[in-house]
Amino acid sequence: MSEKLNFHFDVDGTDFTSAGQASVQVKKNLRRLGIAPETIRRVSIAMYEGEINMVIHAGGGEADVNVSEDEIEIILTDHGPGIADVEQAMQEGFSTATDSIRSLGFGAGMGLPNMKRYTDDMKIETVVGSGTTITMRISLM
Amino acid sequence: MTVEALLQHGFQAVTLPEGNREIDGAYIGDLLSWVMGRATADNAWITIMSNVNVVAVASLADVSCVILCEGVVLPEDVKATAEQKNVNVLTTEMPAYQAAVRLSQLI
Ligand SMILES: Nc1ncnc2c1ncn2[C@@H]1O[C@H](COP(=O)(O)OP(=O)(O)O)[C@@H](O)[C@H]1O
Ligand SMILES: [Mg+2]
Repeated sequence: MSEKLNFHFDVDGTDFTSAGQASVQVKKNLRRLGIAPETIRRVSIAMYEGEINMVIHAGGGEADVNVSEDEIEIILTDHGPGIADVEQAMQEGFSTATDSIRSLGFGAGMGLPNMKRYTDDMKIETVVGSGTTITMRISLM
Repeated sequence: MTVEALLQHGFQAVTLPEGNREIDGAYIGDLLSWVMGRATADNAWITIMSNVNVVAVASLADVSCVILCEGVVLPEDVKATAEQKNVNVLTTEMPAYQAAVRLSQLI
């Protein structure tokens, strides 16, 4: 594939029982493109964690996935509260999720660490009070 | 062994859209991010969680099946979603530990 492919999704922040739709769609699209299953798995999980975070912590947002010959780039943008202490947020087990969210199985404080683990590069840009943009890259080479 | 072969060993089918998938080990957990971080593709995922997010996680993490232990029942709408997304779901009366021990004897 020589052209860049772009997928754009609006992530609804009101309904987190059905959250994850963008990630599920991306998984399907990547399958159709013939991407290796283990790569699809890494992209899907990293994106799902980010999508869930936008829903439970930021009231929703937008997701863009760019597929080129040598990498997959995932950009997640929200206009939520931002992250005051990124280093703390990146620690395994740190979570500000409420009990009702935990009862659904979320809020283990492993989302950001998983996003880092499954991608080759992750950048967090965040401003308290105005929002967060997370850019993740997975190499296809 | 395949997912459908478990039916002879104390596990019941809830829905098996891809019953011929191979099982390669198991992961036990109810916290979704732990499952996504630690389970590997083709593992059986043993859990007591039965909400719709379980289906999304099973699909994205590419586990071979979800095994609901302790007799946990999957709601009808979640079952329909699992079918649609090609996620195998089984149920068993066994607690998680016993289900895992049984699996380890079989695979
Ligand atoms: N998009 C976001 N906007 C605001 N805060 C966020 C966002 N993503 C993560 N956070 C903060 O970082 C913490 C850790 O995130 P994560 O590792 O995904 O764990 P969890 O989502 O289980 O709480 C969250 O509890 C939340 O406080
Ligand atoms: Mg999270």
